[in-house]
Amino acid sequence: MSINQENRSKKPINAYTFDEFEGVEGRYKKLKRNMRIIMLLVSLVPLSIMALINYNEYKRNLKTEILTPLRNLASKAAHSFDLYLEERLSTIRFIAFAHNLKELSEENNLKHIFWALSSQYKGFIDLGVIDENGVQVSYAGPYKLKGKIYAQQTWFQEVIIKGIYVSDVFLGYRKFPHVAIAVLRRREDGSFWILRATLDTKKFEDLIGAVYLGPDSDAFLINKNGILQTPSRYYGNVLEKCSLPVSLTPTGTQLTKAKGPGNQELIVAYAPIKHAEYIVVALRPVSVLLKSWYTLKGEMFFVLFLGLIGIILAVVRLTDLMVKRIQAADAKREAAFRQLQHSHKLSSIGKLAAGVAHEINNPMAIINEKAGLMRDIVESSENFNQKEKFLELINSILESVDRMKNITHRLLGFAKRIEVQFEELNINDVIKEVLGFLEKEALYRNIEIRLQLDVNLPRIYSDRGQLQQVFLNILTNSIEAVQEDGLIIITTWQEGAEKIGISIQDNGCGMSKETLEHIFEPFFTTKKGYGTGLGLSITYGIIKKLGGDIYVTSKESVGTTFTLFFPIKPKNVVEG
Amino acid sequence: MSKKVNILIVDDEEEFAITLAERLNLRGYNTRVENDGEGALNAVNTSLPDVVVLDVKMPGIDGFEVLKRIKSEYPQVPVILLTGHGATKDGIKGMELGAYDYLIKPVDITELIEKMDSAIEASKRK
Repeated sequence: MSINQENRSKKPINAYTFDEFEGVEGRYKKLKRNMRIIMLLVSLVPLSIMALINYNEYKRNLKTEILTPLRNLASKAAHSFDLYLEERLSTIRFIAFAHNLKELSEENNLKHIFWALSSQYKGFIDLGVIDENGVQVSYAGPYKLKGKIYAQQTWFQEVIIKGIYVSDVFLGYRKFPHVAIAVLRRREDGSFWILRATLDTKKFEDLIGAVYLGPDSDAFLINKNGILQTPSRYYGNVLEKCSLPVSLTPTGTQLTKAKGPGNQELIVAYAPIKHAEYIVVALRPVSVLLKSWYTLKGEMFFVLFLGLIGIILAVVRLTDLMVKRIQAADAKREAAFRQLQHSHKLSSIGKLAAGVAHEINNPMAIINEKAGLMRDIVESSENFNQKEKFLELINSILESVDRMKNITHRLLGFAKRIEVQFEELNINDVIKEVLGFLEKEALYRNIEIRLQLDVNLPRIYSDRGQLQQVFLNILTNSIEAVQEDGLIIITTWQEGAEKIGISIQDNGCGMSKETLEHIFEPFFTTKKGYGTGLGLSITYGIIKKLGGDIYVTSKESVGTTFTLFFPIKPKNVVEG
Repeated sequence: MSKKVNILIVDDEEEFAITLAERLNLRGYNTRVENDGEGALNAVNTSLPDVVVLDVKMPGIDGFEVLKRIKSEYPQVPVILLTGHGATKDGIKGMELGAYDYLIKPVDITELIEKMDSAIEASKRK
């Protein structure tokens, strides 16, 4: 099937005939389909690729744009903590190195230093000196801690090894969070003592409070075990265990995804602090972070979707329109081609018939004269016993010659008159005149002839006698086609500025497609036994001679319509 | 009785021409038959006929040429064209060249005689 169609589509356009009409229909469908596919491909593919590229690009940019502030804030906070701790440690170290153990063991001295320290730096709770054995030899602060032994505590061991120490947050005697810091003062002989201070964590909360990321976000400090060092919005108060996984990395800030309380997705930034085993944690819910991204994504898809719909609609409409136009143009050309072919055929058949008629005329003229002479002689002879019989025979010959003459003369398109005589006339009048001849038969067979004549029809220049013959021929055919009680409708109208139209419609037996194709050919007749088959061919010839056109449509057992057009002013007389 | 009418019949179909001539003779006309254009022109030059019945399609000098020459020299002689090769344009051309009428073969002898009589009548009136 598809191979067949392939073959067909390679034929030149004017090679199509009626049998191939289905193939032609299919061809237009295929054309439409191909046009649609190509148009959709060339428009939708680049559009989709562009959208995809944009999507990814935006996604990447937005992610960095959204995530970078979180990372930066966390890093900054960690840095602030470092600075803060560094400063406090330096101060304590300065005191330890500016004084010797003896001076600091004097409680009054220590209290004086503590007073000076507190007045310059906020957050110091107390200050104590611990000797080599872990005994607090002197103390300045709100508690009675002189003589407390720290030798067994881990921080004491640690400060001996590392030289400095920053504790985790712990609840002190008054049940509020503290941090202890300590520095080791090693003497030249290898012995040492330790200066220890306690800080409240108010400053921690201030520092972490600077990490503000929005109403849904959270920032806090944890130690390496995941214990909260500052209160958290989502994970509880100080010293509670934070449920987030701890990821302590010695270098840099890290971003990870995690599940928060209520199972919401979070982006978490971990920023470690150098001077203590703390980690600044900053987090935001993904939904908040990527809200703008989701909005943008939605808008992009909406626009893309609208674009796609628009393109598809436009392509469908356009191809529909184009293929319809192409089809109409093809059909028009096809019809014109058929019309041309038909009139060529009629013209060549007419020429052939005329040629045959010419050739027959000469020998027929001889027969005519010979028979005539025979009659002359027989008529004038007096004693010829077979005279009557011979005259009868000769007359029969002459009658036959007459019949032949009628045929050839009609075939040659000759009426009584040779020249076409143009005059101004009203076609309505001509039709009425012709109907005068036919009225009797119509009346007798009870045929209704309905006239729908345009009273404002312009007068035309044409040949009255020839027109009479045209209408007589067509109307005779129509009357013969209809049954008793049949109907014939004759309509006239003006067709454009230069033509008039006449249609003669009957509800008679109609014609088959086959008959319709040959109806204007000479000697074609459906009236078996009578009729020369010349009537309509002569009609056709006359109409062409008068510069007119004739069309016929017919449907079997429905009826036939002849439509004629004549120019109001003929340009040239077409020779018959 | 008036003088007999002289008819010149020009036709390359010899059988047609002589038979027509014989029939006209029976009806009291003088006839002369020529089978080509040259003969026809000679005949006209030697003795002027009252009417010429002229075929159009002939070998050599054709009917139109003969008609033209007769009309240029003897415009008073009426010529009736009679041909089997009838086409409207030929008829119109013949009439334009000065033919009295144009008839298509086969022709009824009575019709021909009527045409000839009226042609002679018309030429006499001039």
